[in-house]
Amino acid sequence: MGLTYDRIKEKLTEKFGGQVSNFEEPYGMLCFEVPKDMNLKVMQFLYDDDELRFRFLTTLNAIHYPDNKGRELAIVYHLHNMVDNVRLRFKIYVDITKPDVFTATRLFEAANWLERETYDFYGVNFIGHPNLVRILNVDEMDYFPMRKEYPLEDQTRKDKDDEMFGRGGSAGYGTVKTEDDTTIAESEKDNVGDKLI
Amino acid sequence: MQDVVSIKDNHIVLPDGSIEKQTTTLNLGPTHPATHGVFQNILEMDGERIVSAKQTIGYIHRAFEKIAERRPLYQITPLTDRMNYCSSPINNIGWHTTCEKLLKIQTPKRVDYLRVIIMELARISDHLICNSVVGVDAGAFTGFLYVMQYRELIYEIYESICGSRLTTNIGRIGGFERNFTNVTWEKLERFLKEYPKALKELDDLLLRNRIFMERTIGAGPISAERALNYGFTGPNLRAAGVDYDVRVHSPYCSYQDFDFKVPVGSTGDCYDRFLVRDQEMWQSMKIIEQAYQKIQDFKGEEAEVYHADVPDYYLPEKKDVYTKMESLIWHFKIIMGEIDMPVGEVYHCVEGGNGELGFYLISDGGRTPYRLHFRRPCFIYYQAYEELVKGAMLSDAVITMSSLNLIAGEMDS
Repeated sequence: MGLTYDRIKEKLTEKFGGQVSNFEEPYGMLCFEVPKDMNLKVMQFLYDDDELRFRFLTTLNAIHYPDNKGRELAIVYHLHNMVDNVRLRFKIYVDITKPDVFTATRLFEAANWLERETYDFYGVNFIGHPNLVRILNVDEMDYFPMRKEYPLEDQTRKDKDDEMFGRGGSAGYGTVKTEDDTTIAESEKDNVGDKLI
Repeated sequence: MQDVVSIKDNHIVLPDGSIEKQTTTLNLGPTHPATHGVFQNILEMDGERIVSAKQTIGYIHRAFEKIAERRPLYQITPLTDRMNYCSSPINNIGWHTTCEKLLKIQTPKRVDYLRVIIMELARISDHLICNSVVGVDAGAFTGFLYVMQYRELIYEIYESICGSRLTTNIGRIGGFERNFTNVTWEKLERFLKEYPKALKELDDLLLRNRIFMERTIGAGPISAERALNYGFTGPNLRAAGVDYDVRVHSPYCSYQDFDFKVPVGSTGDCYDRFLVRDQEMWQSMKIIEQAYQKIQDFKGEEAEVYHADVPDYYLPEKKDVYTKMESLIWHFKIIMGEIDMPVGEVYHCVEGGNGELGFYLISDGGRTPYRLHFRRPCFIYYQAYEELVKGAMLSDAVITMSSLNLIAGEMDS
């Protein structure tokens, strides 16, 4: 076990001064924050340095904090030094109205699809990405579905036509709806006459 | 291998002004039998050589990460089933151990060993499918059908623990839903006794089979540097010669108590991937045998432990739920997810069938995750496919695809 978190902190502070901030170690993993235009510089330094050798991109993803004005979107990078077996995570925050971030594809081929995915779901614009198009969602989609302003469908909604899913119309299987929006069993419908809708 | 450009030069060149292309576009997929899942590959072919490949994925995207933001912890387990459905117990247990890490739950040793047995069985069934399908794509169907009965036996073992076979939803936060019964142990003993013979026969059928070797050696190779840069993990990375295994590097579920080897290849081609998976199955057998022995050593009360003592997250016993009011209320609270989680951010990973399966869970103290990100190994390494097949033959593209063990469910999440 050569590389310690203290040593990483020391090296980063030596190189970038106070710009790399908020060091924490929740659940045993080193985390810190980097200014949004420095992500590539920090990653390049972590990659190139002979002692640090963070040369494996484990994953990258985004998080949306709608109440965090001016820094609504966080982009999280997980890096791994496989030689010393040390992991770290760092975050950059960007404004949701101008979510421009430098791409990591020049450093890691693995970043290509991960960044496309992040763009697809959060609309983060990765500057310099070779092919920044949607990957999992349909191409015609005109919004970014993982943002918090798009809540999941209310499971108790009544206005949906479930007929295509074998649930027999909006009132549920084996039932029908009457004019005054009450649900009755299908076998009862002869009794209410023309009140059915 | 000949350079693609020079092959192209030798071809008949159409006269100037001709609108015809010199290459053919071939659409492999989305539901082509050779793709083993719903994804599409648009290949540019020059004769039978591949000039370029463009992968399209996302046909079975089910928005798991979004759905997970509305679900309490237990309701997320069935979502993880549907990622790599060839080894869903690993996903389930990986998810549960992630929750345990967030909730700071320590599991007893016996639970860890039971989990190791299940996870290694899942790894065997995953590799077994992959390897026998590589055989099928090389023209040897026999092996696939022959080993299928042992996958069936593994599924029966799952069934005796959790009641289901493919999408298992096995276990709970803290351990298992019930202790392993005698039926489970009998089936496991039968598996330990009979399976090595079958695996040996699969080895005999393919390992030194000349046709198989000529089809797979040199097909879809990748160097260790490129594999790391592409984010390869699991058997595909080890086939390229990097001995990275989450079970060894960041042990979970007491994997440090077991003695096993991490097999590595050198060229990263289809044959090496086949060999690495094959050896991993033998190693998994070794691990299961050790775990079985270790479990035999627990005596008396210890031999009845199958879950950690975490009443906040572990469902009360069914007979109490039916007879006691408190248990019923508690059961209801857990099922409806009415328990707040601690605030925290945790990344946890396990060695899945295809590599490092990671869970990045962010909790803001609510009842559901604020954000949950799955690191799906398949999704990350499938990017390298174009590089792997460029300049190869069409049949190599098919065999490369099956030897990467691409699972559409895991890729699209």
